[in-house]
Amino acid sequence: MSKKEYEHGTAKTAPRRGPGAGGPPGTRPGEKAKDFKGSIVKLLKYNKAVLPLMGVALVLSFLTSIFTIISPDKLKEMTAEIEKGLIASIDMQAIGNIAVFLVVIILLGAVFGYLHSVLMAIVTQRVSRKLRNEISEKINVLPLKYFDNTTFGDVLSRVTNDVDTVAHTLNQSATQLVNSITLFVGSLLMMLLTDLTMTITAIVSSLIGFVLMSLIMASSQKYFLGQQKYLGDLNGHVEEIYAGHMVMKAFNGQKKEGIAFDEVNKKLADSAFKAQFLSGLMHPIMGFVGNLGYVAVCVVGAILTINGKIDFAVIVAFIMYIRYFTQPMTQIAQAATNLQSTVAAAERVFEFLEAEEMEDESHKETILKGEDVIGNISFEHVKFGYHPDKIIIHDFSAQAKSGEKIAIVGPTGAGKTTLVNLLMRFYEVNEGNISIDGVPVANLTRENVNDLFGMVLQDTWLFEGTIRENIVYGKEGITDKRLDEVCKTVGMLHFIRTLPKGYDTVLNDKVNLSAGQKQLLTIARAMIEDAPMLILDEATSSVDTRTEVLIQEAMDRLMQGRTSFVIAHRLSTIRNADLILVMKDGDVIESGTHEALIQQNGFYAELYNSQFEKVG
Amino acid sequence: MIRIFKYLQKRELILILVTFILTGLQVFLELKLPEYMSRITNVIVAPGSALQDVITAGTYMLLCAFGGLAVSVLVGFCSTRVATGFSMRLRAAVYHKVTDFSLEEINEFSTASLITRSTNDIVQIQMLLVMGMGIIFRSVLMATLAILKIRAKSWQWTFSTGVAVLLLIMIIVILMIVAVPKFKLIQNMTDNLNRVTRENLTGIRVVRAYNAQKFQQGKFREANDELTDTHLFVGKTMAIMSPGMSIIMSGLSLSIYWIGAILIQEAATADKLVLFSDMVVFSSYAMQVVMSFMMMTMIFLILPRAAVSAKRILEVLDTKKKITDGTETQGKEGVREVTFDHVSFAYPDAGEEVLSDISFSAKKGETVAFIGSTGCGKTTLVNLLVRFYDVTKGAVYVDGVNVKDYKCEALRDKIGLVPQRATLFAGTIRSNVGYGDKNGVSEYTDEEVWKALEIAQAKEFVEKLEDGLEAHVAQGGSNFSGGQKQRLSIARAICRKPDIYVFDDSFSALDYKTDRILRGELKKITKDAITLIVAQRIGTIADADCIVVLDDGRVAGMGTHKELLANCEVYRQIAYSQLSKEELENE
Repeated sequence: MSKKEYEHGTAKTAPRRGPGAGGPPGTRPGEKAKDFKGSIVKLLKYNKAVLPLMGVALVLSFLTSIFTIISPDKLKEMTAEIEKGLIASIDMQAIGNIAVFLVVIILLGAVFGYLHSVLMAIVTQRVSRKLRNEISEKINVLPLKYFDNTTFGDVLSRVTNDVDTVAHTLNQSATQLVNSITLFVGSLLMMLLTDLTMTITAIVSSLIGFVLMSLIMASSQKYFLGQQKYLGDLNGHVEEIYAGHMVMKAFNGQKKEGIAFDEVNKKLADSAFKAQFLSGLMHPIMGFVGNLGYVAVCVVGAILTINGKIDFAVIVAFIMYIRYFTQPMTQIAQAATNLQSTVAAAERVFEFLEAEEMEDESHKETILKGEDVIGNISFEHVKFGYHPDKIIIHDFSAQAKSGEKIAIVGPTGAGKTTLVNLLMRFYEVNEGNISIDGVPVANLTRENVNDLFGMVLQDTWLFEGTIRENIVYGKEGITDKRLDEVCKTVGMLHFIRTLPKGYDTVLNDKVNLSAGQKQLLTIARAMIEDAPMLILDEATSSVDTRTEVLIQEAMDRLMQGRTSFVIAHRLSTIRNADLILVMKDGDVIESGTHEALIQQNGFYAELYNSQFEKVG
Repeated sequence: MIRIFKYLQKRELILILVTFILTGLQVFLELKLPEYMSRITNVIVAPGSALQDVITAGTYMLLCAFGGLAVSVLVGFCSTRVATGFSMRLRAAVYHKVTDFSLEEINEFSTASLITRSTNDIVQIQMLLVMGMGIIFRSVLMATLAILKIRAKSWQWTFSTGVAVLLLIMIIVILMIVAVPKFKLIQNMTDNLNRVTRENLTGIRVVRAYNAQKFQQGKFREANDELTDTHLFVGKTMAIMSPGMSIIMSGLSLSIYWIGAILIQEAATADKLVLFSDMVVFSSYAMQVVMSFMMMTMIFLILPRAAVSAKRILEVLDTKKKITDGTETQGKEGVREVTFDHVSFAYPDAGEEVLSDISFSAKKGETVAFIGSTGCGKTTLVNLLVRFYDVTKGAVYVDGVNVKDYKCEALRDKIGLVPQRATLFAGTIRSNVGYGDKNGVSEYTDEEVWKALEIAQAKEFVEKLEDGLEAHVAQGGSNFSGGQKQRLSIARAICRKPDIYVFDDSFSALDYKTDRILRGELKKITKDAITLIVAQRIGTIADADCIVVLDDGRVAGMGTHKELLANCEVYRQIAYSQLSKEELENE
């Protein structure tokens, strides 16, 4: 990751899933869950705490649906009452009664509906808050190894997108399912109670429409997937070309890229057209199916009436029921699709939450106190590989005495950070032992080990927060006097004082610290920590000369009296080191002092001489 | 906002007109349908009607419904065609405009912003067109027709409908005024949450090294609480929406019937039947009017967002290119030289010059190197040569001709640039190394590509790849290490066999050894070319024919390594910071 990370923190948010372009919900390509039932159960169990609340909300929603069915029914009654009174006089008493009843129902429905939405909002937010907090906590208990196979974007997308999807679609689809099933079952029940033949008519006519609609949905699905894919391709192309604009221009690649763009753009437009058009058909077709049902009910009803099998009132009732019957069918289908993506997102979240954590160390009792540590470090027959079947450090032994400077050198990609990873126990050795003052690090807690080392990496990591927070970083009881001292030592005091808010200046994309100043702040951070041992990573470039001198001086001061491991690039550092560890292809291949290694005339000698050999 | 529709083609304007007319027809049929419905009921109720009559009435209704369906399909077809076609052209216009920009215009907008403008903003416009066009036409026509049908029926009914519409609009507007600013806030808070998480992820080693997990978790909790609380507020506010609407709708029907009952009761017997059927008609039309107004209000609330997108798109399309093509395609006969003649450069709107009064020249076979601290203007120098920017004062000459007089393509055909950041494109090794056109030719043979890879010290790792030259390169080259990307980027410049090589700090990701071998190999092929190297490491440039030391945009010294060590203070400082005294003297 770039060292400018915190400057760009907000520029790029996690990639969004789902098609960028609209279309009614439910017509989007749903992701398939791997284990639908299992995951649903897991999700419900996980959110046990909110289940009662959700239950109440769903009951309210159920009641609201019932009222929705009753109220038009009552309105029909009112119409009938008026119609009855057309010839003589209307029974205003009856009208009034119905009206008052309706007012009550409408108001109650509204209140219940409102309460339902509020409760659901609370449920949604509780679920997402909990999930997010746990994901964030999980990040800090996962072994670093986990992140070797995962991109940050992936984790980020779980924190935001997936959690959002889980919480919102759960809310939506649960409500939708309850409402539609209520309507569906309710109207089916009413129909069956009223007349069987008419019920069959209604079901058959609705089914025809439903089949038609499923066909359209299925075929539009394909184009939605296409649209999503091409949109991704196109966005990728645009991102890449804009970011590499300079190269495209310098190499006259504009024409070719333009043609490539036009091609994708055309494909996107085609699939977008098909997807949008087909999904746009849903609504009119649904309307038509409703009308078809209406006519079918009327015709069959008329036959039955003429045969004297049923009453006219039955037809009127069925005209209403069929509306309630067809409407929820699409909603149920939509809710099912939604639920699929809920579960798929939930699976991704759980996958992360259930990943194997670092070994529990609460039983370890050995503690090395910082002030008692002398700083002798020994590596004994260390064997290590990032993958157990790919050992890179085969058999490494070395001794570092208190206060010594150990330089780690090697070409790019030789795996110099591997040693850091092992020292800090970010990764565990496969065999052998690393010990501090004779105590194997494996006997200490990771927290204890980390406390004993100060660390300054080349990727200067600062976060958005005040300068004070960045320097003190979680350490308690640091006075301003101590801060001043440290900042003076690294040569930042003057600069910090010139800032309007001094230590309380918030570092964000508006404050422009140079790369060198950032490096100095991280050195100050290590000084505050005041650990007996140090891990340093020398900057290779991108710092101007004057600052580099400052950094060098600050690092030298920091190293005084501490056993220090330095990933070294500067030849002067390397030459002055007490011990040089030469790495190549992940393994430590040579070790010794500068003179000894030069005499050995091996890889180190070649590496060292290469810088000064004349070219040509 | 309106201006963006100037980009509509005539054909599309006609389609829009057709959509409008068809929507009218659709609305008409939809309003007609209830009449057929009641006709069926009437037939059934009427004593003595035969089954045939019901079927006839049903057929009419179905025909009407089917007509409505057919028209809807056509409307959908036309409006979607317009929306997707229009956004396709708009997207292409923005894209081609941006690729035509020079760095100056790109930096004005920032790359990230241009990406959003070409992708999300266009999607916004497309969505507005797909949904908006249908909804606006429909609701306007529906409201008009419905009002026409029910006007002058009864003021009491009209009055209640008016009240309902007003209430509805009020609810929507108030909710939006309360909630919309929060939506923006939510976006910011989501970004914030993302940032905190990203911070923890990128700094995971530091977090653990300092045992600061609790500190990070505290920050996350804070950001998370902030976000969920705001979400909750919006959720609670918006919860009023749907019950509010249903109260208004059901309330309106109820009041129409209730008022109707009273009116009918008081009316003369003869008018009763008329009033009754008026009431039934009115209630259904009133509902349509209310719905239409609701839709229109919604659209007007979505509109601002699309308007912002439209404005952002237009900003790009309206930007005039500052760097214009010249006509020259060849340099002066026999002249092979790069010359900077008293060049000064300041970014537009910036007070201070980045480069002041720079003069030097490099002839065929020579290597000129530039060194200096960050921000001293080294990269700007390169940008001026390739003409990503134009000089403020002075002139840059390539082969005796001012760069401004060249056709940009011709100028860039002469140059092989290796930029500071190794940029690769999704594709294959071959498509990356053989990237771009040179003199209209864009194909390189396998041999040429391998040769370039070999010189750039990339042959070894490319050979190890399963597919060799056809090996996949992911977007941004993310499946290669920094050093590998840099070597591929160098190979890309070599493959062009340019007259002028420009290396902008291109060796920094390489270790000393690879750096040295590579420069040795380069030496062989740049015999007949001009080489310009920008570097930070003394070792990389020590053997250049001429080293230009830059300090705050000015030339602080010029000469060979030895000369500069002897008489240039800035150079000496740089040298001592990288090498120890004896090492320098050892040479």
